[in-house]
This record gives sequence, C-alpha cells and structure tokens, in this order.
Amino acid sequence: MSEDTSKLGIGTDEWVAQHEKRLQRRSGALGIVDLLNQRVSNKVRYSALGVAAIVFGLFVHNLYLLRIASNLGVFLMMTLGINIVMGFAGLLDLGFVAFYGFGAYAYALTSSSQLNQHWPTYLSVPAIVIATAFLGYLVSLPSRRLFGDYLAIVTLFFGQIFIQLVLSSDSITFPGHTDSTDITGGSNGIPGLDPFKLFGRAFKSTSDYYWLLLIVITLLLIAVVRVNRTRVGRAWRTVREDPLASQSMGIKVNNLKTLAFVVGAAIAGLAGAIFAGIQSAVFINGFDIPLLTLIYAAVILGGSGSIPGSIIGAFVMSVLPEILRVQNYSEFLFLAVLVITIGVIGKNWKKLAINIVSLIAIGYFVKALFSLSHMTTTPTKTWAIAPVSKALQYWLVLPANRIVWGNMAFIALVALVAYYSIAHEKIKPWLLPIIAYIAIFVWEDRLVADASTTRQLIIGAMLVVMMIVRPQGFLGKTRVEVL
Amino acid sequence: MGYLGQQLVNGLTLGGIYALIALGYSLVYGVLQILNFAHGDVYMVGAFIGYFVEIALGGPSHTKVPVPVMIFIMFAVSMIGTGLLGIVIERFAYRPLRKSSRIAPLISALGVSILLQNAALLLFSANIRTYDTSSFIPSTAGFSIGSVNIDSVRFAVLILAMLLMFTLSKWVNKTQVGRAMRAIAVDRDAAVMMGIDIDRVIRWTFFVGAALAGAAGVMNGLLLRGVSNGMGFIPGLKGFTAAVIGGIGSIPGAMAGGLLLGVVESLTQGYLSTNFSDFYTFILLIAVMLLRPNGLFGKKAIVKA
Repeated sequence: MSEDTSKLGIGTDEWVAQHEKRLQRRSGALGIVDLLNQRVSNKVRYSALGVAAIVFGLFVHNLYLLRIASNLGVFLMMTLGINIVMGFAGLLDLGFVAFYGFGAYAYALTSSSQLNQHWPTYLSVPAIVIATAFLGYLVSLPSRRLFGDYLAIVTLFFGQIFIQLVLSSDSITFPGHTDSTDITGGSNGIPGLDPFKLFGRAFKSTSDYYWLLLIVITLLLIAVVRVNRTRVGRAWRTVREDPLASQSMGIKVNNLKTLAFVVGAAIAGLAGAIFAGIQSAVFINGFDIPLLTLIYAAVILGGSGSIPGSIIGAFVMSVLPEILRVQNYSEFLFLAVLVITIGVIGKNWKKLAINIVSLIAIGYFVKALFSLSHMTTTPTKTWAIAPVSKALQYWLVLPANRIVWGNMAFIALVALVAYYSIAHEKIKPWLLPIIAYIAIFVWEDRLVADASTTRQLIIGAMLVVMMIVRPQGFLGKTRVEVL
Repeated sequence: MGYLGQQLVNGLTLGGIYALIALGYSLVYGVLQILNFAHGDVYMVGAFIGYFVEIALGGPSHTKVPVPVMIFIMFAVSMIGTGLLGIVIERFAYRPLRKSSRIAPLISALGVSILLQNAALLLFSANIRTYDTSSFIPSTAGFSIGSVNIDSVRFAVLILAMLLMFTLSKWVNKTQVGRAMRAIAVDRDAAVMMGIDIDRVIRWTFFVGAALAGAAGVMNGLLLRGVSNGMGFIPGLKGFTAAVIGGIGSIPGAMAGGLLLGVVESLTQGYLSTNFSDFYTFILLIAVMLLRPNGLFGKKAIVKA
C-alpha cells in the first residue's frame, strides 16, 4: 500500500521526496532488510506466498505442522483485522480478542449440545459474523465522540468484562425460573463442538480447515488490498493522519472510524468461529491479554498499516514461539539476535569485533572474580547438550543461587539499558559489552527457565522500543509527521 | 438500615482508593493528554513495596517498631518508590514520544504495563502475598455508629485517603508547580512561552500521580486483599472509569468520581450480585460516556482525537 501513497500525492513534501534516499542511507542489518524490501514487487511476493501455502497443504501431512499452520492462519486473519483498525484507521482496539472470543463462543453455542443447538455451518458462520459486527458497533457507540484514547481503554475494559461474563455465566437464574442454567460452561469451557460442514462435507481433519483458511485468507487479502485503494481506504488513511483536516475536507470521520472498527470486529468474529471449529472446543483463557499483546506485537513489528508487514509479523509471532519451545533453538536465537543488535548499534564490523572480544573478556573476568571469592557455582551442565550451551558453559558463571543472582542481574540490566538510551556518546561503547554480558547472564540464569514470562517481557520491551525507535515497524514507511 | 450503612462505609473506603488512582490518570491527562495505561501497574508496585517494607520491619507479627510508625514508613517508602518509578516511566517511555502520533504513547504505555507485570512475576513469582493486617491490628478494634461497625483499618484508610486528596488540592492550587501544571493544562504553548519549564512540571505530575497510586496500593494491601503481579489491572480500569465519571482532567471530578464509583460498586455487590459487579461498573462507564461525555465536573469537550 505504501508506494501508492506518494503516487496519490497525499502529503508530498520534501520529506516524502527524499524518502528513497533516506532508506538507502540506512546501513547495517536494517539496510539489508530495506534493500530486499525494495527489489521485489508486492504481486510477486503474494503469489510466491500463495504457491508456498498450496505446496505445503499438498505435501505436508504431519498433524503437528498442520496445526501450527492453521493456528498461523487464524492468527494471520487477526493481524489483518488489527491492521485495518489500527494501521488504516488509526484506532487502538484493545477489545479485539474479545470479539474473537465472542465469535468462538457464538459458534460453540450454536453448534454443540450445550444449548442443544446444531445450526448448519452456512447459517451459523454468517450469523456470527453479523452478530460480532453488530457487537462491535455497540461497543464503538459510547466512544464515538471521543475516538482516540477513550476507545482504547473502553475496549480494554470490554475485553475484561467479556471474560468475566463468560466465566460467571455458568449458573444464570432467569427471572421466573428456580433452577440455574449453564450457558457458557464457565471455566470448564464448552467441549465437543460440531465440525464445520461446508461444500457438502464435514471437516474431519485439520487439513480441511487448512484449505478453508487458505481460501478465506486469500479472499480477505484481496479484499483488504482492494479496499485500501478505494475511496474508503484513502479516507481511512487521511483520517488516521489528521482527523481535523479530513473533517474539514468533508470526510465523515466518525462514520469511517466506526466502519473500520466494525469491519475489524467482524473479521475477528469469523476468525473465532473457525478457531472454535479447529479446536472443536472453547475455553476462555485463550482469549485474554497475552493473545492481544501478541497480535499487537505482530502488527507493530511488521509495520502498522502495511499488509506485507502484518503477514510477516504474524509469521514471526505465531511460528517463532513454536520453534522456541526447544530450548537449544531459543538459546541460539537469543545469541544471534544479541550479536545482530550489537552489529546494528555499532554500525560496522570493526566495532562489532571489538565488542564481542570485550564481551568474551568480561565473561572470563567475572568468572575469575567468582572463583577468587569462592562463591559456589554450578559448574556442570544443567541444560541439554548443544554446541552453544557447551561453549557457554566454560565461560558463563552459573551461581548456585540462580534466582537471587538472576533477579539482581535483571534489575541491573533494565537499569543499564535505560541508562544507555540517555548516556553520553562517549560512554555508550563502554556500556555495550557490559550490557550484552548481563543480558546473557540473565538469560541463562533466569529467563530460560521462565519461558512464558520471558516472552511477555520481550513483547513489552519491544512495544516501547519500537514506538521510540521505529514506530512504523520494519516494513512500514515513515509517515509524514503532522506538526 | 445497618446493612445499607455498612455498605456505604465499605463503598467510601473503596472509593477513596479508586479516587487516588483516578487522580493519577487525571493529573497526567491534564498535562500531557495521554492515558497512562501503566498506572494500574504502578499501583501494583506500590502494594509490593509496602509488603516488602513490612517484611523488612519484622513482618506482620514481630514488628520492630510501633505499628503506626511501621504503617507510616510503609506509606512513605511506597509513595517515594512509585513516584520515582513514575518519573522513570515518563522519562523513558513517554518523553521520546511527545511529538509523535497520538497512538504511539498508548502503545508504549501498553508495553510498559506488560513489562511491569511480567517483571513483577519474574522477580516476586506468582504467589499471592497478604499484609496480614489482622495480626498487628485486631479486627475488633474500631468503633460503631448505631449498628454500623467501622474497624480501625478501614477508618485509617478512609482518613488517610481524604488527607492525601486534601493535600493534593492544596498543592495544585497553592504551589508554584501546581500553578504551572494548571497553566499547562489550559494552554501548553502559552505556558511554555511564559517561561514554564515543562519537563520539570511533567516530572512532578508523574511523581505525584504515581505516588498517589502507590499509596492506594498500600491501602489495598492493608484492607486484607492479596498482593500479586496482576492485581493492578482491574483497579486501573476502575480508576479510569472514576476519572471519566468525574470528567477526565478535573481534580475534584476524579475525587468525586472515585467515591461515587466505590459506593455504587459496594451497593451493587451488596444488593445485586458479586460476580457481575465489574460489569455494572462498565455499564456505568458506558452510560456516563453516552449521556455526559465530559463527566460530572468536566467543562470543555476533548477535541484531540
């Protein structure tokens, strides 16, 4: 979408005119990403992706891989939805996961023995999409006049209320009845949902859902790309950049925002229904804040407002956690990311080499300090044997009381990183290897054992850092700032 | 009658806590026009600091100092600690974004909130801790008016909340920083041109707002509620609701909104249903936003979108 911005001439000023030059000036790892990004056209990329997805579906029969692919598909639908709401229209919808959950629960209630409803799929799924869209409309009503910050927190509250309502709707006493009815199953969820029945066949396997998702996502992508080029799409972007100016140009700002919000909710509802079908059960704890932050992290990482960005973001955020379940991979990836970060910050290979050498030196120095002061350490391996771990073992200190040392180092790490961001240019090169050492120390001593917390910590830090350093994401393009 | 009175007293205590949280939202919104999502988590950190001070002073049962002194130190350390945390959050998560789009500080705030919650989880584990107030202040201590019992902890919390709010309004109205803060809220550019050091005022705003949240966290702990890493989420939303009810940006509004919300919540819990009490709060928020979007005390509409 981004290249037609300049073609359309919205906000073409000096800043925009120098855009390409500025991109090329960027050096280091980010420069390579930018370069790759410029060389290939979007059509080629989408077709390659489509072919890859079809090949995957035809030749892969591993249930585990199909599961991951289907989860990725559902996740991708949601990032595309968020991309419309946040990327195109500039609204922060923190109740998005609740719409997703609503879709899933609506499917569960209309296709299970819970309420003894077994609607045919071609009836229930459209009904769910319409119902979710209507719910989205209702939620957007109170904040219509104050779209912006209010919408964010009202939707956040809405998400929480949704969870509480589902949790406590397992024993509702209707007026005029004496006994209580179990609607949502509370924390037990609703198991045993009917599979989808479409095109004259019941969806028995995950691979059926995979193909369904592939069709749905293709249609969704075409729709999103096309809508983005229409009058509405352009109006959305205008509203996002400057609501006041667009209002004075005669654009109905509030209607457009509501539309974006409702479309986002509808997509979430559809994703929820498909997800419920795949799982053939729904549980409320899947629709909470961690999923929300994961989706936002994906969209922001890829570049809010950029469709390729949301696709890549979804890949990274949905498939990466699966890979990182294996500790050796996560260890390796962590070190790789660390080295790349040092490289990006240092900007050239010479500085990178100096940093890594001093990092290694610091490691041996600290190890010497520990053994001189006769601190008890756990010398032998406690992790699985991998080349990386084995090399680290001779270098890194692993104190006997890991939790205490790890916590202290964690606090020191946060303080040092914060200090680094405001430190004088002369001090920064000295700080870098120290920070890197403490990061590895904290990782090995504390974070590796606590994977889910670590993931959330990284996402939180990433959101803050991205907003400051590169708010447009890795694939988004710099916006024209309204001053 | 006795039941109603009891609910009202409970509601006012709860409302005092909500009001203190709401003040933080309102102060920051008045100066920077951003919603500080991480505010609820600052409240959580305040409760944790209070807990660790209590442990450091000999734990609930073997206190090394007289109980009032201990409670005073708990409040003081927690308020200073969270106040400093507020300054740090502003410095690193909001200040770099002061000139960026409207959505960027919101996302950054979301990131800070996730960071604080999970850092607390990492450092303090998922165990729920309690101040165990009843072991140093017997729950029977207190007095009663008619059939309404007011135990001493509840009374102390209520008085302290009122005292803090009174001090705050004096501070905002009488001191130089307070005047500068109001000036910025009215017209930031004009205030800068008058020579007001905006960074200094914003630092103070975050310090005071966060310190009030820290005090609210300690109060929550004293009232025998669990202290855990996720405890700030719902009170954060409630504090926001209170601020909106009163009119965001308005200081008396935040106080009134907090007290009102506390009483409403206590009454719905007492007479309707405990499970759905947050739901009623949400409905109240929606109703206020539909019927009176500027809140009870708000004057001008918020035009920035």
